[in-house]
Amino acid sequence: MSSPPNASIAVAERAAANPNASVKLKVDKLDFYYGEKRALKGINLDMVDRQVTAMIGPSGCGKSTLLRVLNRMYDLYPGQRAEGKVLLDGQNVIGKEIDPAVLRARIGMVFQKPTPFPMSIYDNIAFGVKLHESISKAEMDQRVEWCLTKAALWSEVKDRLNASALGMSGGQQQRLCIARTIAVKPEVVLLDEPTSALDPISTAKIEELIDELKRDFTIVIVTHNMQQAARCADSTAFFYLGDLIEVGPTNKIFTNPHDSRTQDYITGRFG
Amino acid sequence: MDRLARRRSVDYLMKAISTGFAVISLLALAWILFTLVSLGLPALTSTIFTNVMSDGGLLNAIVGSLVMVAIALLIGGPIGIMAGTFLAEAGRGSKFADAVRFINDILLSAPSILIGLFVYQMIVVPTNSFSGWAGAVALAIIIMPVVVRTTEDMLTLVPVTLREAAFALGAPMWKVIVAVTWRAARTGIVTGILLALARAAGETAPLLFTSFGNPNWTLDLAAAFPSLPAAINQFAQNPAPEQVSIAWAGALLITVGVLALNIITRVVLAPKK
Repeated sequence: MSSPPNASIAVAERAAANPNASVKLKVDKLDFYYGEKRALKGINLDMVDRQVTAMIGPSGCGKSTLLRVLNRMYDLYPGQRAEGKVLLDGQNVIGKEIDPAVLRARIGMVFQKPTPFPMSIYDNIAFGVKLHESISKAEMDQRVEWCLTKAALWSEVKDRLNASALGMSGGQQQRLCIARTIAVKPEVVLLDEPTSALDPISTAKIEELIDELKRDFTIVIVTHNMQQAARCADSTAFFYLGDLIEVGPTNKIFTNPHDSRTQDYITGRFG
Repeated sequence: MDRLARRRSVDYLMKAISTGFAVISLLALAWILFTLVSLGLPALTSTIFTNVMSDGGLLNAIVGSLVMVAIALLIGGPIGIMAGTFLAEAGRGSKFADAVRFINDILLSAPSILIGLFVYQMIVVPTNSFSGWAGAVALAIIIMPVVVRTTEDMLTLVPVTLREAAFALGAPMWKVIVAVTWRAARTGIVTGILLALARAAGETAPLLFTSFGNPNWTLDLAAAFPSLPAAINQFAQNPAPEQVSIAWAGALLITVGVLALNIITRVVLAPKK
């Protein structure tokens, strides 16, 4: 774990060379509570447009919680509340005046376990698109092909778009979930441990996909797998017990972290 | 070694006892079925299906039962599904939902004669007439709590992540429920409806003083309405043996119908692939 793969260094250098990269999503003094329990403590974090930001840390550190704040998933559960700001293009999205349905069209999310809906592959994609746009059948066909191609799934499923999505392999299902998410044309894609339920080959495909997708989307990924963060992310944030301990270019976090806790975590001394 | 031998003999004894009791309970069931088939099958002539009760058949009773059960399903099914959905989705964790669930459980185990009496008081007394409608409402009250229960249970089994995935695409709650959770739970919900139907089809007590019974052909739901259970009740009390055998034919028909529903349920529920 001492040195990340070369690709990541190159990517990080590119990021460093481009200081003008704009901040797409800014977390500002964010606190989060599950009932009385404070799960996030004064988090400040910038996520750069069309880059991959990875969030790492041991279980229970708050990384998934933060991800679920970004698209207001916590809204579904009474008793969970956020204080502070999350700015999407400068606009605070943590507030009653923002409709979470509209926000979620702009900030999509892919979950840990593949979650195909019990319907055909085609309908899985059309479901989300129809929520926000009314388009013709021809346009929908195009959209389905576009997002399946983006998700590197088109060639595998183009002959069985009307087959049930439940019959696909786990890796295919997860790529379908990614396709379904980008079909809505979001600006940000949140990935919550997207490969932890997949085999190594499917994992590699998803990671390649992440590299492709960041041309069009701002990506935030929560991962337990440090090699994955090192391979995929431009910048990495390390969380511990609800605090954001350290954030920086991925190669710096993995080679020369500031904080001894980060050092201990990435070298496998805990977590 | 002695200990082991004792253990073995106790084990053997317990096995023998439990097997014995299993055989006894099965014998009772087999005996019932044997009697039913041996007395019902000979009586199951074509007259049963072509003639009305006053003419030695069961045609009007069969049709009457089908009509009332169908209406009961149309009333109780949607209410049950909606209430079950409320309990599993919208009302999760609320005091009101807890109260509804508790009352539903009471209704589920209430003696069916009580439901008959209730509908008698609510519909038959004010309208001053036994009626098919009253019978259908009584059966609907039998069906409803079963559907509420199974719908809630089946929706609760749908993984939270599937719901969240639909919400994460920006879907409103009603859309998540209709397009995703109902769809994911549909076999279970259908099963619940079929089981409720099977139960309602065989109920006699709620019909005795609601639809009462009618020996003649009728489709007038505002008047006394025939049904299979009521027909069995009537024919079985008749001293003439050929009348009693019509009761057996009716009992066989109901049993076969309920059995068919249960088999359909199993087929529907059986995992595909």
